[in-house]
Amino acid sequence: MRDVAVVGFTQSPSMRSEPDRNEVEILIPVIDALRKQTGLTSADMDFICSGSSDYLAGSSFAFVSGLDAVGAWPPVCESHVEMDGAWALYEAWVKIQMGYADTALVYGFGKPSMGDLPITMALQLDPYSVMPLWPDTLSIAGLQARHCLEKGILTFEQMAAAAARDRGHAKGNPNAQVKGDFTVEGILAEPFLANPLRKSDCAPISDGASAIVLAAGDRARELSKRPAWIRGIEHICEPMDLGVRDLGRSRSTEMAAAKAGVGKGKIDVAELSAPFTHQEILVERALGLGPDTKVNPSGGALAGNPLMAVGLSRIGECATRIWSGEADRAVAHATSGPCLQQNLVCVLEGE
Amino acid sequence: MAELTAVVGIGQTKYQAKRLDVSMPGMIREAAERALADANCTWKDIDAVIIGKAPDLFEGVMMPELFLNDAIGGAYKPMLRVHTAGSVGGSTGIVAASMVQSGVHDRVLCVAYEKQSESNATWALSIALPFSLATVAGAGGYFAPLVRGYIRRSGAPEDTGIRVAVKDRQNALRNPLAHLHLEDISFDLVANSPMLWDPIRYLETCPSSDGACAMVMEKASLASKRSGKVAWIHATEMRSEPTMFSGRDQVMPRATLDNAAALYKKAGITNPRREIDCAEIYVPFSWFEPMWMEGMLISERNEGWKMTYEGATAIDGDFPVNMSGGVLSSNPIGASGLIRFAEAARQVRGLAEKHQVDGAKKALGHAYGGGSQYFSTWIVSSEKP
Repeated sequence: MRDVAVVGFTQSPSMRSEPDRNEVEILIPVIDALRKQTGLTSADMDFICSGSSDYLAGSSFAFVSGLDAVGAWPPVCESHVEMDGAWALYEAWVKIQMGYADTALVYGFGKPSMGDLPITMALQLDPYSVMPLWPDTLSIAGLQARHCLEKGILTFEQMAAAAARDRGHAKGNPNAQVKGDFTVEGILAEPFLANPLRKSDCAPISDGASAIVLAAGDRARELSKRPAWIRGIEHICEPMDLGVRDLGRSRSTEMAAAKAGVGKGKIDVAELSAPFTHQEILVERALGLGPDTKVNPSGGALAGNPLMAVGLSRIGECATRIWSGEADRAVAHATSGPCLQQNLVCVLEGE
Repeated sequence: MAELTAVVGIGQTKYQAKRLDVSMPGMIREAAERALADANCTWKDIDAVIIGKAPDLFEGVMMPELFLNDAIGGAYKPMLRVHTAGSVGGSTGIVAASMVQSGVHDRVLCVAYEKQSESNATWALSIALPFSLATVAGAGGYFAPLVRGYIRRSGAPEDTGIRVAVKDRQNALRNPLAHLHLEDISFDLVANSPMLWDPIRYLETCPSSDGACAMVMEKASLASKRSGKVAWIHATEMRSEPTMFSGRDQVMPRATLDNAAALYKKAGITNPRREIDCAEIYVPFSWFEPMWMEGMLISERNEGWKMTYEGATAIDGDFPVNMSGGVLSSNPIGASGLIRFAEAARQVRGLAEKHQVDGAKKALGHAYGGGSQYFSTWIVSSEKP
């Protein structure tokens, strides 16, 4: 395997609603900032890969206009996944492994504020048997949380503590959307939004974009004083049907973590993109994180949740902490689908 | 550095207007099962699943790969969903190949599909967004001006498109999987069909189809042990450029020319017309055959129409194109690119049955999409590079 590192990362602030900018206009300054950060132009990128969703934009081929942000001229080697940008990064990592590329630009972007997101996401479910019931995101996550609570897998207090921790960490993150001094008592006093979930148990709806540059071997060392080397990356997808999987654990995260080698050493920092507090707890457990890991120093998805970019941003947030020396080994997580259906785990290390 | 990789199994559904007898999972499973049977594999032998399809609005399911994954043995495996506009089928094949070429996986399954009967593609392509330039024209309305531009530049006779349509529809009669089997196809039938988007007539356009195509690919150390015929992947390439900017040549985009040059360089091809035995090219409107003969550097500029006119692209010509009947005869959009790649592989495996080109050893698979701005291609061969 070739050594591949994250050498550049930029993101837009997560916002409940970008009032004046469309998806591409959100993306353009992010790509511009990445150019300044790395000194690279689109022409320097051997491969480009992006992640976005037509259903967030409300039109077919919405990703095509992303090329305008990249400035794809002369023509570029480029691909796109209808997934979070973290999976675009995986595809780019594969292209570097096969020797097709030494450098790659990866970006993800989404503007969910244009529609009613919880209802839009119902269109992700089995269109024949489940979607006609229009179960929204909160209701489905609520079913999972209820299962976990009643089986004694976790408690309301643990859920509230996760929210309070993440939003507290987010105070230091200028790009975070929901931050402040939350307390467990205060959160438990909130009314239910979708019983047993309270507002603080849920990630916000966020517009936003992020971008990363990957580079291989010596090219990475030229571009970064302390590259964040990808030492393991794996993703696993479970069946969607909620009735055929154990909703009290995240088996796909466990499998991906094992293959990515999370347990091979101490993890200093973990960045998780679980959009609900109970899911965050399940992911923490699936990754086997202990008390010596700082979880979500940026606030994670619970502090800012730009769909299609939030997972990619977790990898970027880990990378910046490797670059700075704050962490030597970090793990980033991305998820997709209802109730943690599909999960990606990426282990990053400094030298 | 890349691991040599081969196509070892291909499965397709019968293409038709409406597959009312199966759901989306049922339809893609049908193609996947046939690919596994062809590869003499079971679900357990597959390391990862790659799914491709065109815009989600075509069936009205957001990120449908999530609910489809289980139907094609993807449970608890890595799964990626590719979407690169009309070229997506080709890109899906390329992404799948790269999973093996990188050494990450030993054997992967890729499936691309469209079930157009579950929605309305022209509606899905024509949504006008606020503050965005909208053509609201569907694909035919978008591409007709590019065809007129080509005719003006090249001086091609106006019946070139008709000849392509007749040829591809005749080829489709040899392919039992093709959607359209027009037994009475003739020059006059095409010429007298209604003009939809001048100069594109009804019978010069692709149909709306339901269907899926699947392929199994594996690394050379496994594929070399097989007794059956495999298709070795010599090169893959893709290029993209923005839809619109001042000075962009939409008729002969630079992305296709760059893509072709890079592909042939990787495949060690210096004279594509002579060295490639046959090609499956993405031709959703008849005129795109001569246009892509030029865009793929197979013909001299402005002379692609001569290949059609002289019969070079006929199944018994010196450069057969779209032996399967092509996109003009079957168009499950998201799958159409992968079908081109798969049909190229069938040819070099010698398994194309009645539409087999005698002695085909090296074939080109091609897809394009967006506003003539996304290109994905591969070269496969019966022999290792």
